[in-house]
This record gives sequence, C-alpha cells and structure tokens, in this order.
Amino acid sequence: MRILVIEDDLEAAAYVVKGLRESGHIIDHAADGEEGLTLALSSSFDVMVVDRMLPKRDGLSVVETIREEGVRTPVLFLSALGEVDDRIKGLKAGGDDYLTKPYAFAELLARIEVLVRRANPDQVRTRLQVGGLEIDLLARKVLRDGQEIDLQPREFRLLEYLMKHAGQVVTRTMLLENVWEYHFDPQTNVIDVHISRLRAKIDKNFEQPLLHTVRGAGYSLRATD
Amino acid sequence: MTNPQTISSLLKTSTFRLAVIYLALFAASAITLLAYVYWNTAGFLARQTDEAVEVEIAGLAEQYRQGGLPLLAHTVIQRSRDPGQSLYLVLDPAGRVLAGTLDARPQVEPGPDGWFDFTYNRKTLDGTEVKAARARAFFLQEGFYLLVGRDVQERREIENLITNALIWAIALTVALGLVGGLFMSRNMLARVDDINRSSRDIMEGDLSQRLPIAGTGDELDQLGRNLNAMLDQIEALMTGMRQVTDNIAHDLRSPLNRLRNRLEVTLMQDATPADYKHVLEKTISEADNLLGTFNALLMIARAEAGSLRESMTWVDVGAMLHDAAELYEPVAEESGLALTIDAPEGLKIWGNRELLSQAVANLLDNAVKHGQPQSGDAERVISVSAEPNPAGPSRGVVLSVADRGPGIPEAERHHVLDRFVRLEMSRNTPGSGLGLSLVAAVARLHGGTVELRDNCPGLKVALILPVSGR
Repeated sequence: MRILVIEDDLEAAAYVVKGLRESGHIIDHAADGEEGLTLALSSSFDVMVVDRMLPKRDGLSVVETIREEGVRTPVLFLSALGEVDDRIKGLKAGGDDYLTKPYAFAELLARIEVLVRRANPDQVRTRLQVGGLEIDLLARKVLRDGQEIDLQPREFRLLEYLMKHAGQVVTRTMLLENVWEYHFDPQTNVIDVHISRLRAKIDKNFEQPLLHTVRGAGYSLRATD
Repeated sequence: MTNPQTISSLLKTSTFRLAVIYLALFAASAITLLAYVYWNTAGFLARQTDEAVEVEIAGLAEQYRQGGLPLLAHTVIQRSRDPGQSLYLVLDPAGRVLAGTLDARPQVEPGPDGWFDFTYNRKTLDGTEVKAARARAFFLQEGFYLLVGRDVQERREIENLITNALIWAIALTVALGLVGGLFMSRNMLARVDDINRSSRDIMEGDLSQRLPIAGTGDELDQLGRNLNAMLDQIEALMTGMRQVTDNIAHDLRSPLNRLRNRLEVTLMQDATPADYKHVLEKTISEADNLLGTFNALLMIARAEAGSLRESMTWVDVGAMLHDAAELYEPVAEESGLALTIDAPEGLKIWGNRELLSQAVANLLDNAVKHGQPQSGDAERVISVSAEPNPAGPSRGVVLSVADRGPGIPEAERHHVLDRFVRLEMSRNTPGSGLGLSLVAAVARLHGGTVELRDNCPGLKVALILPVSGR
C-alpha cells in the first residue's frame, strides 16, 4: 500500500515510517502541512496518516482542503489532543479515524489496514464466511460447520465485527470503541475474557481454530495460521 | 471628594447622570404645577381688576348716554367722594380738571387694547405716596377726556409675593435634587471604588480577597456576591490544579524513576539479547501503566473543571448500567462472582454517558478485585442497581454497585475518595488508586455525590445523581 505520513516531529515520523516500511508499505513523508497538502493533491495514496498540529497549515485544514478537492483517500488523525471534542472535530473535518498519542505501533497498523479495507468495500453482504464459520446478519444466525451456535447479542456484535475484518488484526481498543462504544481504557482486560468466551463457543469443539490472539496487538479471525 | 478629578469622575457616574435626568423631569413638572398655581392666583386678581373697571365704564357710559356730559361729571364727582380703589378723571378740552380723584392726566400711551399702567400720587394722612394703577381712557365729544381706573398697588404686591414664593420653590427643588443626586452617586461611587480596589488586589494575585458586601441586598451587593461566588470557583479550581500537579509529581515521578533505574541497571550489566528484550517489554508495560495513571488524572481534572458539561446529553441510566455490567460480567464470572442487575430502563439524567460508564466500570473493577467474600457462607455476588431517588422522583437517581467483600472500615471511608489512596489490604493488587476519585469527580460533575455504605457484609457504593446538575 502507498501511505502518506504528514508529521512534523521527525523522530516520531521516522518511527512510523520505519514501522510501516517493515510491514511492507511504501511511504511518502511530509514534514509540514503545505508540503503534505501538495503531495496529497498531486499523487494518489491508499491511506494518509496526518498529525493534527503541523507547521504552516494544521492537519484539520489539510484534510478539509483535500476533501473539498474531492480526494476521498481514508485519513487517520494522529494527535496529542485526545478529548472527545477533539476526536469529533477531527472526524467532522473529514478524518476517518482518530488515534491519540502515545499509541502502540500495532494499534496504528491495525487501524490503517481496517481503513484501507473500508475504503474498498465489497458489496454490502448479509452473509459472511470465514472457514467453516458462517454468520447471517439478517437472521442473526451463526453456523460452524453447519451446526448452529447460540450467541448472546453482544457476542454476536463482537463476532460480526471480527468477521467483517477477517484476516486483519483487531486491537482491544478497536473492539471497545466499535462493539461497546467506549473510549476509555478499562483497568482490567475485560475484552480478553469476552474473546475467550466467544472462542469457547465458536472454536472449542472444532478442529481448526479461527480466532487467533496476536501477541502484543490484539486478535485476528482467519481460516489459516 | 473635593479634588477636581473625583468630581469629574462623579459627573461621569451613571447614577449621577440618572439623578440629573430625574431632576430635569422633576423640575419641569414642578414648573408646570407652579405656573398653574400662578395663573389661578395672580392671574385671577388681574382679571378681577379689569372686570371691575369695565363694569364702572359701562355704568358711566350709561349716564353719559342719558344725561350727557353734565350727568357724567356729576356722577364722577359723586363717586370721587368715596372712591375706594377706583380712580377717575374728567378733563375739559383745555386740559383742566373738571372732576375725579387724579390731579393730572398720566403721561402714558395706552396699549393696543386701550389699557395702560401708570403711577400716581395718593394723598394719605402723612403726605403722599406713589402708587401703581391701571386704567382705560376715552375722548368724549367736544374734546373732553375721561379716565377710569383702579389702584393696583396691593395687587402688585400680592403678585410679587406669589412670584417670589414660586421662584424660591423652583430653586429649592432644583437645589435639593442636585444635592440629593450628588449624595446618592457619591455613595454609589464610594462602593464601586471599594469593589475596584478589591478587584485590583485580586488581580495582583491575592485570590483569597473578596469583594465587600454592604449588606443592603441591592444590585451592587448581588453583583458582589456573584463575583465572589465566581472567585470561590476560580480558587477551588486553582487549588484543584495545584493538587493535580502535586499528585502528578508524586505519583508519576516514582514510577518514572523506577523505570529509569531499571534501564540504567540493564545498560550496566552484560545482558543477553533475551534479557534486553525482557526489560524492554517490561518497560513498555510500565509506560502503559504510567499512561493510564496520567489519563485518569487528566480525566479527573477535566471532570472537576466542569468543561465536560458541554458534551452532556440525556442518558438512560438503566441502559448505561446494563451495558457496563455486561462488559464486566465475564470477568466477574471468572473470579467466581455472579453479577446481578436491577435497573429499570427509562430512568434518564442529563449527563455524559462516557464518563458515567467509566465511573461504573471503575466501581465494577473494584468490586471484582476487592469484593471476594471473606467467609464461605456469604453469597458470591456483585449487585448493580439503579432506582429513582427515594427522596422523590424529581430528585434524580441512585445508582449503586455492592459487593460482599470485606468492605471498608467506617473510619477510612471518606479517605478512600481522595486520590491515590490504596488501603493496606489492597497494596498488592494492580491499579492506580484513582478509581474512586474518578467516580467522585464524575459525581461532582453531574451535581451529585458518592456515598460509601456498609453492605453488611461488604461495600456498597452509591452514586446519587440529580436529573440535571445544571
């Protein structure tokens, strides 16, 4: 994937660029808002990572401008401003996701991959399938190898989210934000327990595990190891 | 109050300007009133005089018509014997006096209406006196001259008296109003000066100062009270701020120090890559803990500053509680505790769902960590509930999380709401010690309170929240 990183803190930028390159992406880096805007308008990217506070032109204005120009590349805001209001401002300006500094690299990577996938959606489907696991979003039914599995409503939403992002890494924070709609960090790792419950229902009595733990990052639902 | 600067500032006060406007209005109405009085007294006297003269003229005209000049002269001579206030004069064409009370024809031209004012000498017991008079004059046939008039000396004196009295009344009204206005605005100005002086002291950094309250309950007092309340709030915020920085210094410095020491020691040793990896992993997890503490402190400070009030909406307490309990239910079950919930949907309060959820999550977290029953026969349960405030449905809701654990000794209950307090028995369980302080801050943000109660056995934390804390 081709990713544009607009970040004025050179050390932070080097960290992001290095990490993303190691994950196999092609990175362009801009150190201020004007340069970032020029790059964003002149070439095409799969995703943009934009810091909010930039010299010459702030991140919000960069994104507002490219949106006015009709550029629909997904944007992930990075910011030290983490209040709910800041998050809302970022999303209103045309951002697609918002990550507060400091963050774990795994979190950034997982979110970037989700954003790219979201930008190229398959046609809206009401049935999703991963390996032998099938989920019917309309009938709210789950089948594993043809056998019906009974899930609680929240477990269903959790599985739905994992299925929609099958093959991708999904972090605990992403689950908390998207399945529970909380933006705080519970002190105990409550998400892990929910996952192990879900795992007990969809994986326990079957040969091939589908729900994998990705160390230091989160979880991933996929058919192969 | 005597130097020119104070006087010019006095003239600029709104009270003084108001006083002047009122004074002008008052003077105008007083003048109107007094003019009416004048017209009814002095004016009446003047009209009466003129009427009396007209009646006399009408009588003499009748005589003249019936008996010609001789009868007229005769009548005038008769009337002149006892003239009262009346004045007469009849002259022949040569100007000699034929009859009347005057010695000579007054040298005054009559006005357009035929009337004229003049003075004459009146004989009294001890000589003559100059008196004011008013009269009309006619030329008869053959050049004879007739004057009929009236002495108006007394009337003039009464008029003067009335006029003087009225002028004095107006002068007094204006003077009193002016003095009163000056006095009132001077008073006001002195109080505003007091307020300004106190404000300057406060601006210079003495936040403990308060504006003076005169105790009269007027607008200035109300203003002072409101400003004082504002200052109280500012002072509380400043104190809170100072506490936050103290706490940050205290609770972030020691773990940061630990972290730094560990890294330094690792550098000094000859460690294997596996050791380095282990230390780095530990360091990242410690940094995450620090971040958690930092976020919690920020959140508390923000909740206490009240700036989050803008992001409030109507929150269904029951639904919010169900969601939070559902998040923690598997963790509780893993710890061998059942989670029961008794919260009707539809109980709404004006609040911040995110913060309320976090507060409940913190309570549930505490209950799971510290709510293990001590004795075997206690039920292994955490109960979450929401109900309308028993003090009345308009008083909001009571939201509670109760466990069957060891509870908190009564003496320590108030204490645990402070920041970073961790009781002896919980030293070894993970946590920042900020959980309950955040709960207390969230309650305060919503205009409510937190109560720690004995659940016999166990701890019951109740959040008493009004429908709207605004």
